[in-house]
Amino acid sequence: MSFLEVLYFIIPSAIFYAAPLVFTAIGGVFSERSGVVNIGLEGLMVMGAFVGIIFNLTFVDTFGSMTPWVSIIAAMIVSGIFAIMHAVATISFRADQTISGVAINMLGVAIALFSVKMIYGKGQTDYIQERFVRFDIPFLSDIPVLGPMFFKDVYSTSILAFIVAIGAWFVIYKTPFGLRLRAVGEHPMAADTMGVNVTKMRYIAVILSGMLAGVGGAVYAQAISGEFSHTTINGQGFMALAAMIFGKWHPLGALGAALFFGFAQALSIIGGQIPYIDQIPSYYLHILPYVLTILAVAGFIGKAHAPKASGVPYIKGKR
Amino acid sequence: MPNRVVNILVPVISVILGLLVGAVVMVVSGYDPVAGYSALWNGIFGDSYTIGETIRQITPYLLSGLAVAFAFRTGLFNIGVEGQLLVGWFAAAYVGIAFDLPMYIHLPLAIIAAAVAGGLWAFIPGLLKAKLQVHEVIVTIMMNYIALHTTNVLTRMVADGKETTGTIKETASLKSVFFESLTDYSRLHYGIFIALAMVFVMWFILEKTTTGFELKAVGFNKNASEYAGMNVNKNIILSMVISGAFAGLAGAMEALGTFQYASVKGGFTGIGFDGIAVALLGANTPLGVVFGATLFGALKFGSLNMPNAAGIPVEIVSIVIALIIFFVACGYIIRYFLVKTNKKKEAK
Repeated sequence: MSFLEVLYFIIPSAIFYAAPLVFTAIGGVFSERSGVVNIGLEGLMVMGAFVGIIFNLTFVDTFGSMTPWVSIIAAMIVSGIFAIMHAVATISFRADQTISGVAINMLGVAIALFSVKMIYGKGQTDYIQERFVRFDIPFLSDIPVLGPMFFKDVYSTSILAFIVAIGAWFVIYKTPFGLRLRAVGEHPMAADTMGVNVTKMRYIAVILSGMLAGVGGAVYAQAISGEFSHTTINGQGFMALAAMIFGKWHPLGALGAALFFGFAQALSIIGGQIPYIDQIPSYYLHILPYVLTILAVAGFIGKAHAPKASGVPYIKGKR
Repeated sequence: MPNRVVNILVPVISVILGLLVGAVVMVVSGYDPVAGYSALWNGIFGDSYTIGETIRQITPYLLSGLAVAFAFRTGLFNIGVEGQLLVGWFAAAYVGIAFDLPMYIHLPLAIIAAAVAGGLWAFIPGLLKAKLQVHEVIVTIMMNYIALHTTNVLTRMVADGKETTGTIKETASLKSVFFESLTDYSRLHYGIFIALAMVFVMWFILEKTTTGFELKAVGFNKNASEYAGMNVNKNIILSMVISGAFAGLAGAMEALGTFQYASVKGGFTGIGFDGIAVALLGANTPLGVVFGATLFGALKFGSLNMPNAAGIPVEIVSIVIALIIFFVACGYIIRYFLVKTNKKKEAK
């Protein structure tokens, strides 16, 4: 395998593994920008993966090849509703945001596994028949070097991930809604004084983060794992959280960081097929994404600060 | 209503609400909650064997709860208890297998090895937090996964490529013949005494030593502690290390008591994550942890009886536990209603 062939092999895989992280990390950006820490992304992703697979298995005859897309929408709605729990607890009930997030994580896994056992009588679903499929983008895939790297054999979900990231950047930085969102996360009292409804903004942001994490989970389940069990979502939500921090709470930064983690993940899974890398014991490749995350969070963040009001419940009239 | 009563009522109400919502979930899913909860009850108190196993389950929960609670008191959220437990488990099993020593050296050595391993594993996030202000939640979560892969590789090495190591030497075992005869051959072991001793140790460190005072002060207000001349960074690292040592001991309980070996794991044990629930329910106090661990350990072990006796998946108990954490986290609203209803009573 030549170097270029290795790149043709690993870059599409990196994007492929990054896509679910991108969705979820962007969800995290929305939530934290509004001032609500959402460590429950993992649980929301589990919920998305679970709903996606169940919906796909149940309605595959009705929707045919469109099933994965409809399943994503179903996962998005259910995870969005699930996120309301986090929103109510943290925004209205002033719960500790990290603890509520931990509860969401535990609850997501528990509900998903409970339901799977109830429906299928075992801890694992069947494999889905309609998955996301790869396709070549016309014209673009014919470009030499770049074509096979980025535009050949791509998943439509990967393209969607890029669109969502750029869309999120536009919404957060170029619209009045985004300005209010950021204001609420930095200084809720000032925003409140200017007539911004802090509670409403935060609710919208947390629900958005749930919806995006649900999409991330459903994409992971329907493009990568193909079934749902207790190991389907195993830390991806936390990695998305790290990607958000590494990306300095910026949608495009999160996109870049997620691609980086996707690369590490791809390396740990397909590394055995690449010359030289297959000489490295698989152990090092397995821990690579996690070690890189720690290094990234420790080394590269530098002066980046979380949104100022992140993690603090807003209590009207309290200085 | 005095504040103290409210403080105790909040977790109690959370537990009741959790169990109630759990019952609703069972009804909605078409199961019989009465059969479910009686299966749970029998799974905990059915006979001397189940009681022994329940206490056996409570043992590591006590320690993982202490680990989370201790870090919380210094304002640190140690989600890495799971990973620290795994390295402690491996370290204890390794010492138990590799050495030939008289019991009075071997057993303490294996236990200390577990505590040191857990402490070292927690040292890294502590150091990163203190020196680089890296959020400990992210680092400890990542350390969990690294611990899982690392201990699996090391276990395979010790076990010559097999999935399970040999049994530890008897000189390192916490096995109790007395408890076995008492509880119809359950795996209840002497570790429960170590766990209870550690409850006392945590209380002693926090309430009776200068170090404990400093740790708590840093937890209350970092800036004020620094102004008062305390070394905040040192206290952050120390708190993480002690917390990790407790977690490592929880691993030793599994290695030297319950299982007597180390094995390759496909996923986490869950004991570390449930430690978060234990600590929260116990309001991060040593005595509270005893109650939290007793409740969750019992629920967790008792739930194993539910699929057989009532046909309900064990995950229902995980749902209940998650809901209890959720309700404890929402303590503000429970407090609000308690105070409000109380005021109405007083007005009458």
